[in-house]
Amino acid sequence: MFGLNKKDGSLLLLVAVLVIFAPFLLNPFPEGSAMAQFNAGYPDLMQRFVIFGIFAIGFNILFGLTGYLSFGHAAFLGVGSYAAMWMFKLFGMNVLPALALSVVMSGLFAVLIGYVSLRRSGIYFSILTLAFAMMSYALAYSVLATDMDGPDQQGLLQKGLTGGETGLQLTLQDPRILGSQATEDGNLPVPNLFGLEMRSATELPVGDWVFTFSAGYYFSAFVMLIAFYLSIRIFRSPFGMILRSIKSNQQRLNYTGMNPRPYMLAAFVISGMYAGLAGGLMASMDPLAGPERMFWTASGEVVLMTILGGVGTLIGPVLGAGAIKYMENIISKINSDILHSWFAFLPDGLEDLVVTLIYPFIGKGWHLTLGIIFMLVVIFLPGGLVQGGQKIAAMFRRKKAEEPKSASTEPAE
Amino acid sequence: MDAIILQILNGLDKGSAYALIALGLTLIFGTLGVVNFAHGALFMIGAFCAVTLSRILNLSHEVAVPGETDFLGNPLMRDVPYMYDIFGEATGAAIIDWSVPLAILLAIPVMILVGVIMERGLIKHFYKRPHADQILVTFGLAIVLQEIIKYYYGANPIPTPAPEAFIGSFDFGALIGFEPGTIIYPYWRLVYFAFAALIIGAVFAFLQFTTFGMVVRAGMADRETVGLLGINIDKRFTIMFGLAAAVAGLAGVMYSPITSPNYHMGMDFLVLSFVVVVVGGMGSLPGAVLAGFLLGILESFASMREVLEILPGLNQIIIYLVAIVILLTRPRGLMGRKGVMED
Repeated sequence: MFGLNKKDGSLLLLVAVLVIFAPFLLNPFPEGSAMAQFNAGYPDLMQRFVIFGIFAIGFNILFGLTGYLSFGHAAFLGVGSYAAMWMFKLFGMNVLPALALSVVMSGLFAVLIGYVSLRRSGIYFSILTLAFAMMSYALAYSVLATDMDGPDQQGLLQKGLTGGETGLQLTLQDPRILGSQATEDGNLPVPNLFGLEMRSATELPVGDWVFTFSAGYYFSAFVMLIAFYLSIRIFRSPFGMILRSIKSNQQRLNYTGMNPRPYMLAAFVISGMYAGLAGGLMASMDPLAGPERMFWTASGEVVLMTILGGVGTLIGPVLGAGAIKYMENIISKINSDILHSWFAFLPDGLEDLVVTLIYPFIGKGWHLTLGIIFMLVVIFLPGGLVQGGQKIAAMFRRKKAEEPKSASTEPAE
Repeated sequence: MDAIILQILNGLDKGSAYALIALGLTLIFGTLGVVNFAHGALFMIGAFCAVTLSRILNLSHEVAVPGETDFLGNPLMRDVPYMYDIFGEATGAAIIDWSVPLAILLAIPVMILVGVIMERGLIKHFYKRPHADQILVTFGLAIVLQEIIKYYYGANPIPTPAPEAFIGSFDFGALIGFEPGTIIYPYWRLVYFAFAALIIGAVFAFLQFTTFGMVVRAGMADRETVGLLGINIDKRFTIMFGLAAAVAGLAGVMYSPITSPNYHMGMDFLVLSFVVVVVGGMGSLPGAVLAGFLLGILESFASMREVLEILPGLNQIIIYLVAIVILLTRPRGLMGRKGVMED
């Protein structure tokens, strides 16, 4: 199917089915029940799942295949968001040109950063990309937010290219030469795909359950499936092979007469374009772009997603992105009242003790939990969820078959 | 001329902080070969040592003021710090006033302890793992430390004043023969620079002139051979980690009057300190110190009003620009040695 072998084809099919039926799968608890807060089947969160999935898939092409750890990937996400916003402001609210511009702009930006950063490897590379991302953040936050010189009747550049701290927003005065400046009732227009508004949604009540189908989600999900398909093709291509060989032994690659740098740069730019695509989609779902999308914590988050899911695996980054965004959403929603209601069955003194112990990790303490998960995964499960799943599967298989240990099939170094 | 001297002086305090953090980073990297993303968090913990000590010293109890009543007729209550009870009013007030310098005494054992626990408890297990894993685990640790501090001390900066004797500025220009009023410089920044110079000097002297330092230097050059000679080099490297943590912590303690400590100050400094290390040359101690001061001073020049009028926002990005230029022209940094981190 589409030039994939049977295994990859069924993986793609599985992901596609999961993504299409996500509004059902992620909404297992009926509305109004005590467990309803664990539901994730609402458009806003599902959109984040797939968008961060794209971001992590792209990051995995760089980190998973070549082993180069970029700590500044959020910069491309931010560039993508800003580019999409400018497309909305200048041309019109159709998302396709906006996404095209975000991919192109982030690609160009990645060429620039990659050209410099890839001169060094290892930690130098990580530090350089981190420095570049922080520089982009500082630029977006203050430098590019000052008013440009010259008459500017429409007030387009009133707050500079990036809008500084408040971010870049749509206004009724934007030209939008191919679209309308405002809707008929004078509101801001909404990002759409040839008229299909991204935020439109239909609800399907089934008994106690309410399933929501959002146009924005299905559009993002479709883009993610394409991105996923492309990443499978990259993983299986000769180009992907060379990237892998950079990870396993760059010196030997040099000795065979290959110059790895163009391949590295290509991988870096591709993964930057994925990030830009994710950023553009983010702006399409909610037309707003702010500098905090470029902050180092955002870069750290995508690293964590990829690692939690499984570095270098196909499905890992998607799993990791979903897991992190789900936990973030659920954990930051819990407050001490909910905790008290959970542990109400315990005697009073014990209940208070348990709640006091857990309290620092929930609500605003989500970042603490995130940091701890990060450390635990790196320490105990460097291969991420995928490796964990394989280990568990192997355990069961061994118990059943009692097979003798098979000889190692690792390639010789 | 006076403007140039003023900017150099202004750059010294930030440069000192960069140099101290970068020195610790390089020390850890040179000895243990570990990239410590949690080093900024150590700087922050140091600053919060100062906050903690000042809070402890200010612990007080209420005492009725004899002969005075409030408007309801109750005896007027006044907070009296315990320090006044223990040392008498004059000495007690002086101790509270000097809480930041006194915090050095608290910070040294605390930081060495934190450093040794970090190395033995966590980083020890990562020597044989790839650098990416080391970066990731220390990055996670930095988040955790930062969030713990945020949980206990809140998200807002906590002002921590310097001793009264050092508050205010003096006319540095008049001292060196300029017209009075041209170069005004705050006392505490000069103290900070002197302190940083002292610490840096002490670290270099320790490495250069003691037997312990000699062994550590030998271990940095060739760990295996030193181990074969029957020296327990791991133990010494652990102590060096504690020492590097203490250097970062002391830098944080003394920096607390300049910037009110907040939970993310460590990360703000860490990113820049990494750039400093890269510019100075990975694994080179003098390089780290030199680059720290150099970049601090450059940053201060870039934030002059005359420069900002031509290139707005240059002060935000100058360090990164310099780093890019240095790496493109001298890939090993200013004083980097061949063969260090060249994989």
